[in-house]
Amino acid sequence: MKNPVPAKPSQPETEWERIERLPEFRELIAAKMRFIIPACIFFCAYYFALPILVGWFPELMKTKVFGPVNVAYLFALSQFFMAWIVAILYVRAANGFDKTVKKLLERAK
Amino acid sequence: MISTPLLMFLLFIAITLVVTYWAARKSSGTANFFAAGRNITGWQNGIAVAGDYMSAASFLGIAGIIAFQGYDGFMYSVGWLVAYLTVLLVVAEPLRNAGKYTMADVLAYRLNPRPVRAMAALSTLTVSTFYMIAQMVGAGTLVALLLKGSGISFNGAVAGVGVLMVAYVVFGGMLATTWVQIIKAILLIAGTILLSFLVMAHFDFSLAAFFDAIAHVKSGGKVVNFLEPGLRYKPPYGAIDLISLGLALIFGTAGLPHILVRFYTVPDAKTARISVVWAMFIIGTFYIMTTFLGFGAATILGSDFIKTHGGINMSAPLLAQRLAGDVFFAFISAIAFATILAVVAGLTISASTSFAHDFYTNVIHHGRERAPGEEVRVARITAFVVGAVSIAVAILLGPTFNVAFLVGLAFAVAASANLPVIVFSIFWKRFNTSGAIWGLGTGLLSSLVLIVISPSIMGLDQAHLIHGAPLFPLENPGIVSIPVGFLGAWLGTLAGNEPESEAKFAEMEVRANTGLGAEKASAH
Repeated sequence: MKNPVPAKPSQPETEWERIERLPEFRELIAAKMRFIIPACIFFCAYYFALPILVGWFPELMKTKVFGPVNVAYLFALSQFFMAWIVAILYVRAANGFDKTVKKLLERAK
Repeated sequence: MISTPLLMFLLFIAITLVVTYWAARKSSGTANFFAAGRNITGWQNGIAVAGDYMSAASFLGIAGIIAFQGYDGFMYSVGWLVAYLTVLLVVAEPLRNAGKYTMADVLAYRLNPRPVRAMAALSTLTVSTFYMIAQMVGAGTLVALLLKGSGISFNGAVAGVGVLMVAYVVFGGMLATTWVQIIKAILLIAGTILLSFLVMAHFDFSLAAFFDAIAHVKSGGKVVNFLEPGLRYKPPYGAIDLISLGLALIFGTAGLPHILVRFYTVPDAKTARISVVWAMFIIGTFYIMTTFLGFGAATILGSDFIKTHGGINMSAPLLAQRLAGDVFFAFISAIAFATILAVVAGLTISASTSFAHDFYTNVIHHGRERAPGEEVRVARITAFVVGAVSIAVAILLGPTFNVAFLVGLAFAVAASANLPVIVFSIFWKRFNTSGAIWGLGTGLLSSLVLIVISPSIMGLDQAHLIHGAPLFPLENPGIVSIPVGFLGAWLGTLAGNEPESEAKFAEMEVRANTGLGAEKASAH
């Protein structure tokens, strides 16, 4: 488990702490949180809206949109696309985080 | 005489045993046995995660629920995919960066390793055992049903599945398990695409005609609109039960040990991330098509026919038989069998890894292997024990035992015990050993107690284990036990004081977010 830190690990604890205090690292954590927290709130709200609407507003959900296809069916189907879109947006954001990490590790050396 | 389904089963078994033989020659050494040398690529691991996750309950179960209860079954299937967003956004990358073989590696990092690993191993074994028993009983029933013409009994089927899963794990380790899961996932997707195509061909490729038929399904002498909600989740507790299940899925999938260990098989966190996205596309496509199969079975066969020809779980295989004859029925049955085997193999290896790595090496022997290869040897012995115990328990419970709630319980424990402590140890500086013990303990205990007093176990008729009106109205305990797990971890943390854990948070945070010092892939 104890892999050496790239820089001289005379005191590994302080080395980790030094990196942790770098402004680039703080910015990385802040940028990640700026994406992850709203994304989690959004997907939970979108997902739990489904059982809530079906449970307490069934008439609204039975409204027909195309032929026999109703709001309930389309909303449930849209959940799959919602999950895929959030996943793709995250991967794009995470590619940016990877670049920040690379720069950060170069600077930390 | 050997029937066509049995022939297809034997063919699949032969292929997977060849893979196991190949893997056995490649995998020596601890990282190879537990983590396939961390050399699995992103797409391979993505398919394997999907193969680990799409159980017979998702394939046969969801198709069956939709065939009988229409839209509500479709709504039920949604949460299983959305849950992967928690895995992707919160857990996969930090876990890969900061751990080695198990979930407990991440917890033990900052905390006092022995008590934390002991509790984490207990929780892992609980989740794996419940999930495994559900799979084994399901396997016995299904195999006996699918191979009805071949004279294979429930007990014979359970023993066969048990012996095979132990063989994959003991001889081929994680590498063989991974490839069994990949082969199964590809077969499962191929079978579902073929069957969906046949359903659409039945309706002359007209979605309008298909949906029109779904809106007018004949069920028990009435015409029912299967696109409307309300056939499964009924007032007063229906919607709350679904919300409770949704919570267990969204918090629980990211705490399932057999899914989490898969992220240690890839070279780095970026690959872990890519593999989750692969898994999400495969799982999502699979669930959308499965719902088509369910609606297909409802419109083409009807629930009255399915009930008299093997029951709800046979909806998809019977649909295959109706649309393309006995050989296709055999093919779909063999896929269902493959599905069970891949899932139980994944469960066996995660349980064995946790026992050998967390409990044997780190709790009993303070983190030191006494002889090279000891950890792997203990894991192999554990796999034998896990196999023997699951065979015995499944045979003891018998084919009529209701196993659905065991899967719900596994998810509830994963969500209430495992996830709170994983999240706190990654994100909360103040988190400490007593928080982890309390969180794991309260989450585990509250899920178990609530399930015991729920309608799954308590009821007024003979089918229930405890006779009496259920004290807790919901099938799924998540809505109560998850907050209890978080609360336990939070209060436990406040009750303790551990400057060492806070001091190591900087290291944890840097490791989890940069991959500095993460376990490397072994050379080929």
